[in-house]
Amino acid sequence: MPRYFTEEHEWIDVDGDVATVGITDFAQGQLGDIVFVEVPDTGAELTKGGDAAVVESVKAASDVYAPVDGTVTEGNGQLEEDPALVNSDAEGEGWFFRMTLGDKSQLEGLMDAKAYKVFCDAL
Amino acid sequence: MIDTEFTGDEAAIETATLPLDAWHRAKGGRMVEFAGYWMPIQYEGIMAEHLWVRENAGLFDVSHMGQLALSGDNVAEALETLVPGDISGLKPGRMRYSLLLDEDGGILDDLMITNEGDQFGIVVNGAVKWEDIGHLRENLPDDITLNHNEDYGLLALQGPKAVDALARLVPEAASLVFMQAARATWAGHAIALSRSGYTGEDGFEISLPNEALTAFADALCAMDEVKPIGLGARDSLRLEAGLPLYGHDLTPAIDPAEAGLGFAVSKRRREEENFPGAARILGHLEDGPPRKRVGLLVDGKLPVREGAKLFDGEDEIGVVTSGGFAPSVGAPIAMGYVPRDHAVPGTAVAAEVRGKRVHCTVAAMPFVPHNYVRKTGG
Repeated sequence: MPRYFTEEHEWIDVDGDVATVGITDFAQGQLGDIVFVEVPDTGAELTKGGDAAVVESVKAASDVYAPVDGTVTEGNGQLEEDPALVNSDAEGEGWFFRMTLGDKSQLEGLMDAKAYKVFCDAL
Repeated sequence: MIDTEFTGDEAAIETATLPLDAWHRAKGGRMVEFAGYWMPIQYEGIMAEHLWVRENAGLFDVSHMGQLALSGDNVAEALETLVPGDISGLKPGRMRYSLLLDEDGGILDDLMITNEGDQFGIVVNGAVKWEDIGHLRENLPDDITLNHNEDYGLLALQGPKAVDALARLVPEAASLVFMQAARATWAGHAIALSRSGYTGEDGFEISLPNEALTAFADALCAMDEVKPIGLGARDSLRLEAGLPLYGHDLTPAIDPAEAGLGFAVSKRRREEENFPGAARILGHLEDGPPRKRVGLLVDGKLPVREGAKLFDGEDEIGVVTSGGFAPSVGAPIAMGYVPRDHAVPGTAVAAEVRGKRVHCTVAAMPFVPHNYVRKTGG
Protein backbone atom coordinates (compact mmCIF):
# COMPACT_ATOMS: atom_id res chain seq x y z
CA MET A 1 0.00 0.00 0.00
CA PRO A 2 1.80 3.13 -1.17
CA ARG A 3 2.18 6.07 1.19
CA TYR A 4 2.48 9.61 -0.08
CA PHE A 5 3.40 12.84 1.69
CA THR A 6 2.54 16.51 1.15
CA GLU A 7 4.55 19.65 1.71
CA GLU A 8 1.93 20.53 4.34
CA HIS A 9 3.07 17.50 6.36
CA GLU A 10 0.14 15.18 5.75
CA TRP A 11 0.55 11.51 4.90
CA ILE A 12 -1.88 9.61 2.71
CA ASP A 13 -2.11 5.82 2.44
CA VAL A 14 -3.79 4.61 -0.72
CA ASP A 15 -5.64 1.28 -0.86
CA GLY A 16 -7.52 0.98 -4.13
CA ASP A 17 -10.01 3.83 -4.32
CA VAL A 18 -9.83 4.70 -0.63
CA ALA A 19 -7.19 6.70 1.20
CA THR A 20 -6.34 7.23 4.87
CA VAL A 21 -4.98 10.65 5.84
CA GLY A 22 -3.09 11.89 8.87
CA ILE A 23 -0.32 14.29 9.85
CA THR A 24 3.28 13.18 9.85
CA ASP A 25 5.43 12.34 12.83
CA PHE A 26 7.53 15.37 11.95
CA ALA A 27 4.41 17.56 12.11
CA GLN A 28 3.27 16.25 15.49
CA GLY A 29 6.76 16.88 16.84
CA GLN A 30 6.60 20.47 15.65
CA LEU A 31 3.13 21.01 17.07
CA GLY A 32 3.89 19.56 20.50
CA ASP A 33 1.21 18.34 22.89
CA ILE A 34 -2.01 17.90 20.94
CA VAL A 35 -5.16 18.58 22.96
CA PHE A 36 -7.94 18.56 20.35
CA VAL A 37 -8.57 17.26 16.85
CA GLU A 38 -11.54 18.21 14.72
CA VAL A 39 -12.04 15.66 11.93
CA PRO A 40 -14.39 16.20 8.97
CA ASP A 41 -17.93 14.76 8.96
CA THR A 42 -18.62 11.65 6.94
CA GLY A 43 -19.83 12.71 3.53
CA ALA A 44 -17.92 15.98 3.49
CA GLU A 45 -16.63 16.87 0.02
CA LEU A 46 -12.96 17.81 0.14
CA THR A 47 -10.94 19.71 -2.42
CA LYS A 48 -7.18 19.32 -2.75
CA GLY A 49 -5.56 22.08 -0.71
CA GLY A 50 -8.82 23.00 1.04
CA ASP A 51 -9.48 22.84 4.78
CA ALA A 52 -10.14 19.31 5.96
CA ALA A 53 -9.45 19.15 9.69
CA VAL A 54 -8.08 21.20 12.57
CA VAL A 55 -5.46 20.11 15.07
CA GLU A 56 -4.99 22.06 18.27
CA SER A 57 -1.81 21.92 20.32
CA VAL A 58 -1.42 23.59 23.70
CA LYS A 59 -0.28 26.74 21.99
CA ALA A 60 -2.09 27.02 18.67
CA ALA A 61 -4.73 25.77 16.24
CA SER A 62 -3.49 24.58 12.85
CA ASP A 63 -5.41 23.66 9.72
CA VAL A 64 -4.98 20.32 8.04
CA TYR A 65 -5.58 20.42 4.28
CA ALA A 66 -7.00 17.77 1.99
CA PRO A 67 -4.11 16.21 0.06
CA VAL A 68 -6.43 15.29 -2.86
CA ASP A 69 -10.06 15.69 -3.94
CA GLY A 70 -12.57 13.23 -2.52
CA THR A 71 -15.40 12.41 -0.14
CA VAL A 72 -14.90 11.63 3.53
CA THR A 73 -16.00 8.13 4.45
CA GLU A 74 -14.95 8.08 8.09
CA GLY A 75 -13.35 10.33 10.73
CA ASN A 76 -11.18 8.79 13.45
CA GLY A 77 -13.57 8.88 16.42
CA GLN A 78 -10.79 7.80 18.79
CA LEU A 79 -9.16 11.21 18.49
CA GLU A 80 -12.11 12.85 20.21
CA GLU A 81 -11.40 10.90 23.40
CA ASP A 82 -7.65 10.71 23.03
CA PRO A 83 -6.15 13.48 20.87
CA ALA A 84 -2.68 12.62 22.22
CA LEU A 85 -2.78 9.55 19.94
CA VAL A 86 -1.51 11.93 17.29
CA ASN A 87 1.60 12.51 19.39
CA SER A 88 2.17 8.87 20.27
CA ASP A 89 1.37 7.32 16.87
CA ALA A 90 0.91 10.02 14.23
CA GLU A 91 1.39 7.74 11.26
CA GLY A 92 -0.68 4.84 12.65
CA GLU A 93 -3.45 4.95 15.27
CA GLY A 94 -3.47 8.73 15.09
CA TRP A 95 -4.92 8.87 11.55
CA PHE A 96 -7.45 11.67 10.96
CA PHE A 97 -9.92 10.51 8.29
CA ARG A 98 -10.58 8.18 5.36
CA MET A 99 -11.72 9.42 1.97
CA THR A 100 -12.51 8.28 -1.54
CA LEU A 101 -10.13 9.35 -4.28
CA GLY A 102 -11.81 11.75 -6.69
CA ASP A 103 -8.86 12.07 -9.02
CA LYS A 104 -6.06 9.55 -8.70
CA SER A 105 -3.80 11.59 -10.97
CA GLN A 106 -3.43 14.08 -8.10
CA LEU A 107 -1.28 11.50 -6.29
CA GLU A 108 1.45 11.96 -8.85
CA GLY A 109 2.38 15.38 -7.48
CA LEU A 110 2.98 14.04 -3.96
CA MET A 111 6.25 12.89 -2.34
CA ASP A 112 7.29 9.41 -1.32
CA ALA A 113 8.89 8.74 2.09
CA LYS A 114 12.39 9.35 0.83
CA ALA A 115 11.53 12.64 -0.87
CA TYR A 116 9.61 13.78 2.20
CA LYS A 117 12.60 13.12 4.44
CA VAL A 118 14.79 15.22 2.18
CA PHE A 119 12.10 17.93 2.26
CA CYS A 120 12.00 17.95 6.09
CA ASP A 121 15.79 17.89 6.44
CA ALA A 122 15.94 21.06 4.35
CA LEU A 123 13.54 22.97 6.64
CA MET B 1 -0.70 23.06 8.13
CA ILE B 2 1.54 24.35 10.90
CA ASP B 3 1.96 27.43 8.79
CA THR B 4 2.94 29.53 11.77
CA GLU B 5 5.59 27.13 12.96
CA PHE B 6 8.30 27.52 10.41
CA THR B 7 9.05 31.17 10.82
CA GLY B 8 11.89 30.83 8.35
CA ASP B 9 14.55 33.34 7.54
CA GLU B 10 12.41 36.33 6.67
CA ALA B 11 12.27 37.41 10.31
CA ALA B 12 15.88 36.56 11.10
CA ILE B 13 17.33 39.79 9.79
CA GLU B 14 15.80 41.95 12.47
CA THR B 15 15.30 39.41 15.25
CA ALA B 16 17.83 39.77 18.06
CA THR B 17 19.40 36.98 20.07
CA LEU B 18 19.41 36.75 23.85
CA PRO B 19 22.68 36.32 25.79
CA LEU B 20 21.62 32.71 26.52
CA ASP B 21 20.73 31.90 22.89
CA ALA B 22 23.36 29.19 22.46
CA TRP B 23 22.50 27.74 25.87
CA HIS B 24 18.81 27.39 24.90
CA ARG B 25 19.69 25.69 21.64
CA ALA B 26 22.11 23.32 23.40
CA LYS B 27 19.32 22.40 25.82
CA GLY B 28 17.05 21.50 22.90
CA GLY B 29 14.96 24.66 23.05
CA ARG B 30 12.79 25.27 20.00
CA MET B 31 13.38 28.91 19.17
CA VAL B 32 10.62 31.22 17.95
CA GLU B 33 10.47 34.96 17.38
CA PHE B 34 8.91 36.75 20.34
CA ALA B 35 9.06 40.44 21.26
CA GLY B 36 11.85 40.92 18.74
CA TYR B 37 14.04 38.09 20.08
CA TRP B 38 14.62 34.44 19.34
CA MET B 39 13.26 32.73 22.43
CA PRO B 40 12.61 29.12 23.42
CA ILE B 41 8.92 28.23 23.14
CA GLN B 42 9.58 24.79 24.62
CA TYR B 43 12.27 22.20 25.36
CA GLU B 44 10.70 18.79 26.07
CA GLY B 45 7.07 19.90 25.67
CA ILE B 46 4.72 22.51 27.06
CA MET B 47 2.53 20.12 29.03
CA ALA B 48 5.43 18.40 30.82
CA GLU B 49 7.20 21.70 31.47
CA HIS B 50 4.06 23.31 32.87
CA LEU B 51 3.42 20.44 35.28
CA TRP B 52 7.10 20.38 36.27
CA VAL B 53 6.92 23.99 37.43
CA ARG B 54 3.82 23.33 39.54
CA GLU B 55 5.66 20.49 41.36
CA ASN B 56 9.36 21.36 41.20
CA ALA B 57 11.26 24.38 39.89
CA GLY B 58 11.55 25.78 36.37
CA LEU B 59 14.13 28.19 35.00
CA PHE B 60 12.81 30.82 32.56
CA ASP B 61 14.95 33.22 30.57
CA VAL B 62 13.12 36.55 30.59
CA SER B 63 16.08 38.62 29.46
CA HIS B 64 13.92 40.12 26.71
CA MET B 65 12.20 42.21 29.35
CA GLY B 66 13.44 45.74 29.91
CA GLN B 67 15.38 46.36 33.11
CA LEU B 68 15.19 50.07 33.80
CA ALA B 69 16.30 52.21 36.72
CA LEU B 70 15.17 55.68 37.72
CA SER B 71 17.08 57.95 40.08
CA GLY B 72 17.22 61.58 41.05
CA ASP B 73 15.60 63.96 43.51
CA ASN B 74 11.91 63.28 44.12
CA VAL B 75 11.99 60.31 41.75
CA ALA B 76 9.09 58.56 43.52
CA GLU B 77 6.86 61.59 43.15
CA ALA B 78 7.84 61.94 39.51
CA LEU B 79 7.03 58.30 38.82
CA GLU B 80 3.66 58.69 40.54
CA THR B 81 2.62 61.13 37.82
CA LEU B 82 2.62 58.17 35.39
CA VAL B 83 1.40 55.21 37.49
CA PRO B 84 -1.49 54.82 39.99
CA GLY B 85 0.49 53.03 42.73
CA ASP B 86 1.86 54.38 46.00
CA ILE B 87 5.53 54.62 45.05
CA SER B 88 6.69 57.16 47.64
CA GLY B 89 5.37 54.80 50.35
CA LEU B 90 7.26 51.82 48.92
CA LYS B 91 9.97 50.89 51.43
CA PRO B 92 13.52 49.95 50.41
CA GLY B 93 13.67 46.28 49.50
CA ARG B 94 9.98 46.14 48.57
CA MET B 95 8.40 45.88 45.14
CA ARG B 96 4.97 46.57 43.71
CA TYR B 97 3.03 45.60 40.60
CA SER B 98 1.96 48.74 38.78
CA LEU B 99 0.65 50.09 35.51
CA LEU B 100 1.93 52.69 33.11
CA LEU B 101 -1.15 54.70 32.16
CA ASP B 102 -1.88 57.08 29.30
CA GLU B 103 -3.70 60.34 29.98
CA ASP B 104 -7.09 58.62 29.57
CA GLY B 105 -6.20 55.90 32.07
CA GLY B 106 -5.56 53.31 29.34
CA ILE B 107 -2.88 50.73 30.15
CA LEU B 108 0.39 51.29 28.26
CA ASP B 109 2.16 48.49 30.11
CA ASP B 110 2.18 46.54 33.35
CA LEU B 111 5.42 46.54 35.29
CA MET B 112 7.21 45.77 38.52
CA ILE B 113 8.66 48.67 40.51
CA THR B 114 11.27 47.97 43.20
CA ASN B 115 12.68 50.42 45.73
CA GLU B 116 16.36 49.49 45.54
CA GLY B 117 17.36 52.13 48.08
CA ASP B 118 19.38 54.40 45.83
CA GLN B 119 17.09 54.02 42.82
CA PHE B 120 13.82 52.50 41.62
CA GLY B 121 14.23 49.42 39.49
CA ILE B 122 11.51 48.86 36.90
CA VAL B 123 10.97 45.69 34.87
CA VAL B 124 8.79 46.20 31.79
CA ASN B 125 7.47 43.91 29.07
CA GLY B 126 9.90 43.15 26.26
CA ALA B 127 7.41 43.83 23.47
CA VAL B 128 6.82 47.46 24.53
CA LYS B 129 10.05 48.35 26.32
CA TRP B 130 11.15 50.90 23.73
CA GLU B 131 7.75 52.61 23.84
CA ASP B 132 7.90 52.60 27.66
CA ILE B 133 11.35 54.17 27.66
CA GLY B 134 10.11 56.86 25.27
CA HIS B 135 7.06 57.53 27.41
CA LEU B 136 9.09 57.76 30.62
CA ARG B 137 11.73 59.99 29.07
CA GLU B 138 9.16 62.29 27.54
CA ASN B 139 7.07 62.64 30.68
CA LEU B 140 9.61 62.62 33.51
CA PRO B 141 11.55 65.77 34.49
CA ASP B 142 14.94 66.11 32.83
CA ASP B 143 16.80 65.77 36.14
CA ILE B 144 15.49 62.23 36.62
CA THR B 145 18.05 59.77 35.28
CA LEU B 146 16.67 56.82 33.30
CA ASN B 147 19.05 53.94 32.81
CA HIS B 148 18.25 50.96 30.56
CA ASN B 149 20.47 48.17 31.80
CA GLU B 150 21.23 46.01 28.79
CA ASP B 151 24.32 44.52 30.41
CA TYR B 152 22.18 42.38 32.69
CA GLY B 153 19.94 39.44 31.89
CA LEU B 154 16.90 38.34 33.87
CA LEU B 155 16.08 34.79 34.90
CA ALA B 156 13.00 33.55 36.71
CA LEU B 157 13.12 30.44 38.88
CA GLN B 158 9.56 29.39 39.65
CA GLY B 159 7.90 26.56 41.53
CA PRO B 160 7.61 25.14 45.06
CA LYS B 161 11.23 23.92 45.04
CA ALA B 162 12.67 27.19 43.70
CA VAL B 163 13.66 28.44 47.14
CA ASP B 164 15.63 25.29 47.99
CA ALA B 165 17.46 25.37 44.67
CA LEU B 166 18.27 29.07 44.64
CA ALA B 167 19.32 29.19 48.31
CA ARG B 168 22.14 26.72 47.53
CA LEU B 169 23.65 29.37 45.28
CA VAL B 170 22.40 32.52 46.96
CA PRO B 171 21.56 31.90 50.64
CA GLU B 172 19.85 35.31 50.94
CA ALA B 173 16.99 33.98 48.81
CA ALA B 174 15.47 32.05 51.70
CA SER B 175 15.07 35.15 53.84
CA LEU B 176 12.92 37.04 51.33
CA VAL B 177 9.12 36.91 51.23
CA PHE B 178 6.81 37.57 48.27
CA MET B 179 7.48 40.97 46.70
CA GLN B 180 10.73 41.56 48.60
CA ALA B 181 14.02 42.25 46.85
CA ALA B 182 17.69 42.24 47.77
CA ARG B 183 21.15 42.61 46.30
CA ALA B 184 23.64 39.80 46.62
CA THR B 185 26.77 38.36 45.08
CA TRP B 186 27.23 35.11 43.24
CA ALA B 187 30.66 33.92 42.10
CA GLY B 188 31.96 37.45 42.43
CA HIS B 189 29.14 38.96 40.36
CA ALA B 190 26.80 41.64 41.70
CA ILE B 191 23.27 40.29 41.30
CA ALA B 192 19.79 41.36 42.37
CA LEU B 193 16.99 39.02 43.32
CA SER B 194 13.34 39.32 44.27
CA ARG B 195 10.76 36.82 45.44
CA SER B 196 8.33 37.34 42.59
CA GLY B 197 7.29 35.99 39.23
CA TYR B 198 4.36 35.44 36.92
CA THR B 199 3.34 31.81 37.27
CA GLY B 200 1.28 31.90 40.48
CA GLU B 201 3.94 29.77 42.18
CA ASP B 202 6.51 30.76 44.74
CA GLY B 203 9.69 31.81 43.01
CA PHE B 204 12.31 34.39 42.24
CA GLU B 205 13.54 36.68 39.55
CA ILE B 206 17.29 37.10 39.39
CA SER B 207 19.06 39.88 37.53
CA LEU B 208 22.69 39.20 36.76
CA PRO B 209 25.43 40.31 34.38
CA ASN B 210 25.19 38.84 30.89
CA GLU B 211 28.61 37.20 31.25
CA ALA B 212 27.43 35.29 34.33
CA LEU B 213 24.15 33.98 32.86
CA THR B 214 25.38 30.73 31.34
CA ALA B 215 27.28 29.59 34.43
CA PHE B 216 24.35 30.51 36.67
CA ALA B 217 21.80 28.73 34.48
CA ASP B 218 24.08 25.67 34.36
CA ALA B 219 24.49 25.69 38.14
CA LEU B 220 20.71 25.73 38.62
CA CYS B 221 19.93 23.15 35.95
CA ALA B 222 22.53 20.79 37.42
CA MET B 223 20.15 20.40 40.37
CA ASP B 224 17.61 17.57 40.25
CA GLU B 225 14.62 19.86 40.87
CA VAL B 226 15.39 22.40 38.13
CA LYS B 227 14.63 22.22 34.41
CA PRO B 228 14.61 24.94 31.76
CA ILE B 229 11.09 26.00 30.80
CA GLY B 230 9.96 27.76 27.63
CA LEU B 231 7.55 30.54 26.76
CA GLY B 232 4.72 28.14 26.04
CA ALA B 233 4.49 26.93 29.63
CA ARG B 234 5.08 30.45 30.90
CA ASP B 235 1.90 31.45 29.08
CA SER B 236 -0.21 28.51 30.28
CA LEU B 237 1.04 28.96 33.87
CA ARG B 238 0.18 32.66 34.00
CA LEU B 239 -3.20 31.98 32.40
CA GLU B 240 -4.08 29.44 35.10
CA ALA B 241 -2.86 31.93 37.70
CA GLY B 242 -5.34 34.48 36.30
CA LEU B 243 -2.54 36.91 35.48
CA PRO B 244 -3.14 39.17 32.45
CA LEU B 245 -0.69 39.31 29.55
CA TYR B 246 0.11 42.73 28.16
CA GLY B 247 -0.85 43.23 24.52
CA HIS B 248 -3.55 40.60 24.87
CA ASP B 249 -5.54 40.98 28.10
CA LEU B 250 -4.31 44.54 28.69
CA THR B 251 -4.17 47.29 26.05
CA PRO B 252 -4.39 51.10 25.91
CA ALA B 253 -8.15 50.71 25.33
CA ILE B 254 -8.54 49.09 28.76
CA ASP B 255 -8.29 50.79 32.16
CA PRO B 256 -7.26 49.19 35.48
CA ALA B 257 -10.84 48.92 36.76
CA GLU B 258 -11.98 47.07 33.64
CA ALA B 259 -8.92 44.82 33.88
CA GLY B 260 -9.76 43.87 37.46
CA LEU B 261 -6.51 45.47 38.63
CA GLY B 262 -8.05 47.89 41.12
CA PHE B 263 -5.50 46.68 43.70
CA ALA B 264 -2.82 48.48 41.68
CA VAL B 265 -4.59 51.81 42.36
CA SER B 266 -3.31 52.54 45.87
CA LYS B 267 -5.55 53.99 48.59
CA ARG B 268 -3.60 57.22 48.95
CA ARG B 269 -3.62 57.76 45.19
CA ARG B 270 -7.39 57.25 45.09
CA GLU B 271 -7.78 59.96 47.70
CA GLU B 272 -5.42 62.30 45.89
CA GLU B 273 -7.06 61.64 42.49
CA ASN B 274 -3.86 62.72 40.75
CA PHE B 275 -2.83 59.87 38.45
CA PRO B 276 -3.43 59.72 34.68
CA GLY B 277 -7.06 59.03 33.84
CA ALA B 278 -8.08 59.36 37.50
CA ALA B 279 -11.60 60.59 36.71
CA ARG B 280 -12.39 57.63 34.45
CA ILE B 281 -10.69 55.03 36.62
CA LEU B 282 -12.12 56.24 39.94
CA GLY B 283 -15.57 56.46 38.34
CA HIS B 284 -15.23 52.86 37.15
CA LEU B 285 -13.96 51.68 40.53
CA GLU B 286 -16.85 53.48 42.28
CA ASP B 287 -19.74 52.57 39.99
CA GLY B 288 -18.36 49.46 38.33
CA PRO B 289 -16.80 49.51 34.86
CA PRO B 290 -18.98 48.90 31.79
CA ARG B 291 -17.02 45.71 31.04
CA LYS B 292 -14.76 43.53 33.11
CA ARG B 293 -12.01 41.00 32.62
CA VAL B 294 -13.25 37.56 33.67
CA GLY B 295 -12.09 33.98 33.70
CA LEU B 296 -13.94 31.40 31.63
CA LEU B 297 -14.17 27.66 32.21
CA VAL B 298 -14.78 25.98 28.87
CA ASP B 299 -17.05 22.95 28.45
CA GLY B 300 -15.56 20.05 26.50
CA LYS B 301 -12.10 19.87 25.01
CA LEU B 302 -12.11 22.44 22.22
CA PRO B 303 -9.70 25.26 23.15
CA VAL B 304 -11.18 28.76 23.04
CA ARG B 305 -8.45 31.20 22.07
CA GLU B 306 -7.73 34.90 21.78
CA GLY B 307 -10.14 36.64 19.42
CA ALA B 308 -13.09 34.29 19.94
CA LYS B 309 -16.31 36.31 20.21
CA LEU B 310 -18.52 35.83 23.26
CA PHE B 311 -22.30 35.61 23.05
CA ASP B 312 -25.34 35.65 25.29
CA GLY B 313 -27.92 34.02 23.04
CA GLU B 314 -27.74 35.91 19.75
CA ASP B 315 -26.14 39.00 21.28
CA GLU B 316 -22.41 39.46 20.89
CA ILE B 317 -21.30 40.65 24.30
CA GLY B 318 -17.52 40.40 24.44
CA VAL B 319 -14.30 38.80 23.33
CA VAL B 320 -11.72 36.31 24.55
CA THR B 321 -8.28 37.88 25.07
CA SER B 322 -6.29 34.74 26.03
CA GLY B 323 -7.15 31.11 26.15
CA GLY B 324 -5.94 27.60 25.66
CA PHE B 325 -5.58 24.22 27.24
CA ALA B 326 -4.73 24.44 30.95
CA PRO B 327 -2.52 21.49 31.90
CA SER B 328 -3.09 21.69 35.68
CA VAL B 329 -6.85 22.18 35.26
CA GLY B 330 -7.00 19.44 32.62
CA ALA B 331 -9.39 21.42 30.43
CA PRO B 332 -9.45 24.53 28.26
CA ILE B 333 -9.74 27.87 30.06
CA ALA B 334 -9.83 31.46 28.85
CA MET B 335 -9.86 35.09 29.88
CA GLY B 336 -11.91 37.78 28.25
CA TYR B 337 -14.02 40.89 28.60
CA VAL B 338 -17.79 40.84 29.17
CA PRO B 339 -20.31 43.49 30.29
CA ARG B 340 -20.42 44.07 34.02
CA ASP B 341 -23.79 42.31 34.36
CA HIS B 342 -22.26 39.15 32.85
CA ALA B 343 -19.17 39.20 35.05
CA VAL B 344 -20.59 37.32 38.03
CA PRO B 345 -19.04 33.85 38.47
CA GLY B 346 -21.46 31.20 37.27
CA THR B 347 -22.83 33.28 34.39
CA ALA B 348 -23.24 31.21 31.22
CA VAL B 349 -21.84 32.60 27.97
CA ALA B 350 -20.97 31.04 24.63
CA ALA B 351 -17.73 31.43 22.69
CA GLU B 352 -17.68 31.13 18.92
CA VAL B 353 -14.94 28.89 17.52
CA ARG B 354 -14.91 28.19 13.77
CA GLY B 355 -18.63 28.87 13.54
CA LYS B 356 -19.50 26.62 16.48
CA ARG B 357 -20.79 27.78 19.84
CA VAL B 358 -18.84 26.51 22.84
CA HIS B 359 -20.48 26.75 26.26
CA CYS B 360 -18.44 28.61 28.90
CA THR B 361 -19.02 29.62 32.49
CA VAL B 362 -17.64 32.78 34.04
CA ALA B 363 -15.25 31.68 36.80
CA ALA B 364 -13.39 33.33 39.64
CA MET B 365 -9.65 33.60 39.07
CA PRO B 366 -7.08 32.28 39.69
CA PHE B 367 -8.01 28.93 38.16
CA VAL B 368 -5.20 27.33 40.17
CA PRO B 369 -4.51 28.75 43.67
CA HIS B 370 -1.50 31.01 44.09
CA ASN B 371 1.32 29.63 46.23
CA TYR B 372 3.10 32.81 47.18
CA VAL B 373 5.24 32.76 50.34
CA ARG B 374 4.29 35.75 52.44
CA LYS B 375 6.11 34.74 55.63
CA THR B 376 9.44 33.00 56.13
CA GLY B 377 10.17 30.43 58.81
CA GLY B 378 6.58 29.10 58.88
